[in-house]
Amino acid sequence: MEITLTHYLAVAAVLFTTGLFGIFLNRRNVIVILMSIELMLLAVNINFVAFSAFLGDLAGQVFTLFVLTVAAAEAAIGLAILVVFFRNKGSIAVEDISSLKG
Amino acid sequence: MQGEFEFSAWVPALPEIFLALASMALLVAGAFIGNKGTRVVCYAALWSIAVTALILIGRDWGRSLVPGGMFVMDSFAGLTKLMILAGLFAVVAMSIRYLHQEQINRFEFPVLVMFAGLGMMLMVSANDMLSLYVALELQSLALYVLAAFHRDTAYSAEAGIKYFVLGAISSGMLLFGISLIYGFAGSTNFDMIAHRLEDMEAIRLPILVGLVFVLVGLAFKISAVPFHMWTPDVYQGAPTAVTTLFALVPKVAAMALLIRVLFGPFAAMAPDWGQIVTLLAVASMIVGAFAALGQENIKRLMAFSSISHMGYALIGVIVADEGGVGSVMLYLLIYMVMTAGVFAVILSMRRDNLAVESIGDLAGLARTRPFVAFAMAALLFSMAGVPPLAGFFGKFFIFVEAVDAGYYVLAVLGVLTSVVAAYYYLRIVKVMFFDESAEPFDPNKSLSGRAVLFVAALFVLTFIAWPQPVISIAYDASKALFIQ
Repeated sequence: MEITLTHYLAVAAVLFTTGLFGIFLNRRNVIVILMSIELMLLAVNINFVAFSAFLGDLAGQVFTLFVLTVAAAEAAIGLAILVVFFRNKGSIAVEDISSLKG
Repeated sequence: MQGEFEFSAWVPALPEIFLALASMALLVAGAFIGNKGTRVVCYAALWSIAVTALILIGRDWGRSLVPGGMFVMDSFAGLTKLMILAGLFAVVAMSIRYLHQEQINRFEFPVLVMFAGLGMMLMVSANDMLSLYVALELQSLALYVLAAFHRDTAYSAEAGIKYFVLGAISSGMLLFGISLIYGFAGSTNFDMIAHRLEDMEAIRLPILVGLVFVLVGLAFKISAVPFHMWTPDVYQGAPTAVTTLFALVPKVAAMALLIRVLFGPFAAMAPDWGQIVTLLAVASMIVGAFAALGQENIKRLMAFSSISHMGYALIGVIVADEGGVGSVMLYLLIYMVMTAGVFAVILSMRRDNLAVESIGDLAGLARTRPFVAFAMAALLFSMAGVPPLAGFFGKFFIFVEAVDAGYYVLAVLGVLTSVVAAYYYLRIVKVMFFDESAEPFDPNKSLSGRAVLFVAALFVLTFIAWPQPVISIAYDASKALFIQ
């Protein structure tokens, strides 16, 4: 069987949905949320590279490199904020992020 | 690009180039001086922002692109950038004393504000999905850090983490949408996408799917319902100086970006995205009005207030013509001035050297500080849309445009929800003027805070005397989007 553009898009869509559900269904740990965010961004990268190869246009691959770079910065900032939160609360459980509400 | 570099081609981006260089220089300077130099870095940041604004004013605001077509300068971007810079200036000026009082006077604050501002300026000039994404992330990453800036308090850390997680989801959605649009349109350039959409009817449906994802991402940034969950928590938890920034600048920049995306590449699909934006506008107006009714924390209340204001502004987007966008720009301009004034008062709410944030703390302000109470009352009446104050005209032009275009239901709904919203604004006025006096606040030594409050109150009160210049500035700027 030949692997076509549709297959790549399907994989990306499944990964993206997995990441999205990972964020909303996860009730335990913020680190898992960070992992889910990475999963979403990587799904997008698969989309870009697949389209780029399909269209024969380099812009998609350039975009992927930018997304990878920004994702790294985003993960660094996310972890830094998580450390700040842990210092204050002594926990990184999702259910402890609940003092602001109303 | 033929491998040669010509500086003159990059001149349209001169304000951004200057601001980027200035922020990096200040970052290095701050790293050398340390936190005892925070005040110096703040003043240098104020100067840099002012010089950036001067460069911007001195430039020609005609439509021009930089090589590669990633960045466009036109009068719409020009006006929005000027508003962004004014907001940044006011925020940094009002924060200097606040940072000292809260003992978070670290030099990163002004530098991060400048980086966020740089991201916003690039955002409103984006002419390619790539520059849109990178600019949006530059802005967001700086704002995530700012939300958690008071790192010794659990509230601020929690605000940071909530903003980060929801912001990251929204950028993921935005990116997924961009990838679909890229795949079906074959380009990330706005002009190319617009071109392809006009030529090929068949790609409209898949591109609409991508556009929905992009709209979700942008709706998060302007905090339109149902993507507003982060707003009240982040407004309440973040340090007040940062909340001021959140309320003033990113909203305006994100709204301008939304307008640029919808009226640039996707102008041909106006009937399709109009339905989605209608949903966002209606939900924002209703939730913004009703959810704020029971709030006791004034920062939280302002969060819901900003949600409902964005709902009204979106009505002008739905109208989808030159007048509609003009009324949005006018609305945003008036919204910025009013919000700046209200936050100047919130920043001055301190008792025994501690910040207080409850509406009850404003009790009897009319007796202890008559001028502040009067100015605040004028601003709140204006936010509620009471004539003859400026806020009335903002809403009036939006509703007139909506009625002209035949969106009667939206206009009626807007009027009804603003009546509901008037209740919570008037409740604050009632607390200030008729409730038993609470203890007086600490004397407000912040010159910039008083200046901002004075200018905002003066603008709101005297707008009716000379409305035409402001109105024509907003309407003229929006013409740039409809030239091609």
